[in-house]
Amino acid sequence: MDWLLAGAALATVALVLAVLHRPLGDYLAWVFTSPGHGRAERGVYRVIGVDPRTEQTWQAYLRGVLAFSLVGVLLLYLLQRGQQWLPYSLGLPAPSEPLSFNTAVSFVTNTNWQSYSPELTLGYTVQLAGLAVQNFVSAAVGIAVAVALVRGFATRRTGTIGNFWVDLVRVLGRVLLPFSVAAALVLLAGGVIQNFAGFQDVTTLAGGAQSLPGGPVASQEAVKLLGTNGGGFFNANSAHPFENPSGWTSLFEVLLMLVIPFSLPRAFGRIVGDARQGYAILAAMGVLFLASTAALTAFELAGAGTAPQLAGGALEGKETRFGIAGTTLFGSVSTLTSTGAVNAMHDSFTALGGMMPMLNMMLGELAPGGVGSGLYGMLVIAVIAVFIAGLLVGRTPEYLGKKIGPREIKLASLYILVTPFLVLAGTALSFALPGVREDVASTSVWNPGAHGMSEVLYAFTSAANNNGSAFAGLTANTPWLNTALGVAMLLGRFVPIVFVLALAGSLAAQDTVPATSGTLPTHRPLFVGLLVGVVVIVTALTYFPVLALGPLAEGL
Amino acid sequence: MNTSTRSTGRTVWVAVRAMILSTLVLGVAYTLLITGVGQLLLPAQANGSLVRDADGRVVGSSLIGQSYLDAEGDPLAGYFQPRPSAAGDGYDAGASSGSNRGPENPELIAAIEERRAQLAEFNGVPEDEVPADALTASGSGLDPHISPDYAAIQVTRVARARGMSAEEVARLVAEHTTGRDLGYLGEPVVNVLQLNQALDERKG
Repeated sequence: MDWLLAGAALATVALVLAVLHRPLGDYLAWVFTSPGHGRAERGVYRVIGVDPRTEQTWQAYLRGVLAFSLVGVLLLYLLQRGQQWLPYSLGLPAPSEPLSFNTAVSFVTNTNWQSYSPELTLGYTVQLAGLAVQNFVSAAVGIAVAVALVRGFATRRTGTIGNFWVDLVRVLGRVLLPFSVAAALVLLAGGVIQNFAGFQDVTTLAGGAQSLPGGPVASQEAVKLLGTNGGGFFNANSAHPFENPSGWTSLFEVLLMLVIPFSLPRAFGRIVGDARQGYAILAAMGVLFLASTAALTAFELAGAGTAPQLAGGALEGKETRFGIAGTTLFGSVSTLTSTGAVNAMHDSFTALGGMMPMLNMMLGELAPGGVGSGLYGMLVIAVIAVFIAGLLVGRTPEYLGKKIGPREIKLASLYILVTPFLVLAGTALSFALPGVREDVASTSVWNPGAHGMSEVLYAFTSAANNNGSAFAGLTANTPWLNTALGVAMLLGRFVPIVFVLALAGSLAAQDTVPATSGTLPTHRPLFVGLLVGVVVIVTALTYFPVLALGPLAEGL
Repeated sequence: MNTSTRSTGRTVWVAVRAMILSTLVLGVAYTLLITGVGQLLLPAQANGSLVRDADGRVVGSSLIGQSYLDAEGDPLAGYFQPRPSAAGDGYDAGASSGSNRGPENPELIAAIEERRAQLAEFNGVPEDEVPADALTASGSGLDPHISPDYAAIQVTRVARARGMSAEEVARLVAEHTTGRDLGYLGEPVVNVLQLNQALDERKG
């Protein structure tokens, strides 16, 4: 029965995406390739002072990404540090310097890791003028970078990869803003709140006191999911009834997380002029997605472990209205994309169930991954895959008519090495540095034993992969974790972007070579299998030892 | 060097203007638009699905669970009791939170055993009839629902405390039980606040 319900929900998701990905993917392709500029867009270009006809080299494109993100971090930091002077701050003081740094970096990098409890820390102005804005623009940056890489494959000997400001404005104006308005209205109808009422004190039915929160939640919730951001308006995130009131809103939120990442491969196929290439990428994402979601659902329904067995079900940290199947679908989607929203507490999942969100992030969040970051992540894997295939048969590797030479392989390899380095180094330092070790063990870690180690591993995995979900028992609001996780988020976002844009520039400078009988077809099931294999083998080799110390030690 | 410094400076200036414009449009205008539409078209939902008593006084939200305790902090026998809560001291709507205790956490294991014994005694049922949702805290700590199984073991106790027939209480439970959304999403649930309010209104 449980499996039937889980299967029906998954089938609904598959059906909706099957219907939507085509028109939406075609629409996205049009957004990035249409020659004309709307009147409002021309106005925006005048105000910010850019010429939309300028084509940028990868260095200029990167400069735009970095400058825009740096300004975002500074503004968000200052907004928080000045919170006591802002309107609608609910009397809350400014968050501490390390916390403000961590939060600013977190939202600009599309991570939305939250070391704080929002309803106790942030007023409405910081939430809407700071966090909601970054929910939009950090998502747009991710999509822009992915499109720049796609242009690298699609163009011949131009050396340019588009214009960052044009891509940014178009994603925001033609995609994220209108879609968010529509999504916010649906969420409102489902019961998500949208007001400026502050806390409302009521006398409960039994005569007790309760303080009901208010806030502009629906507007932020919509873009939190659509942009695969994940930062909750409330501490409980999408487990909070005011963020996610019912079984159907939870499924709607799942769809919001998936709709853009699963449509981008279609847009990719359109732009490179061969829809089949997009479907091969989509198929690889889909295989990993289904396998992982089924595994998490199986682990939670089985409910292994002392506490779940004793209680008669793994319901600790889960909401009645979602049930186990509604929870595992959400948790799986949230970590297979780079969202990091939760509708239950992952810290209380069964040992192996809790390993699955970690594993999803360790895969590199590319099944389907975050908006933009999922596509560029999978395209980097494709570059590696054709290289490996080329080694096996002894030919020069090509992908989409571009030669994959030493420079391309170096960039792709560096891309793959960044996040594992950050995850493993951050976790190791937390338990190795004198002083830090004691602080982490006594202040930060919440659960004893191997599970405590998993909390720290989860945190660095989440930060370096820009996911933002947590084993939330961990107290991360300490100078060490705020700083170390902040650095992991920054490097985990922008170092890979540097490599992706450099790769885009390198590909854009090349002419295409005609396919020959020796060219590996990259739209066949064989290549899909190769993609999945590369992802799984790279992840397994990198992370198996550390997983053995955490969730595997606890669950086996 | 000079031109690249100048072009970096220019890029930063573009970025500043783009960020200010984003803040005004995507932060302020967008939020106000949604708030305006919500307050005009969907005021009940936008303001938190508030529940009022017969006099129009707000007693809570149908989406947010609450506690039903006496002055000593003991559960009131005349009300259906919600799940355990890790939000503040329990159902603190200003501090949503789960317990975040892992599957092998000794404190969680002890809490489940203690709750089971307490609930079996409080409701006068065998320990193996206490369902899982009654023994575990929700993710938000504000879960407004309990499972129909948990409601069922509370019927006799509530009926006795209120001097009602068990059939009448069971009928009210059935009235406040909702099935899965669209028949297959989530789980069947009983809204505790609405059920308890119906009980109060019946008595008065």
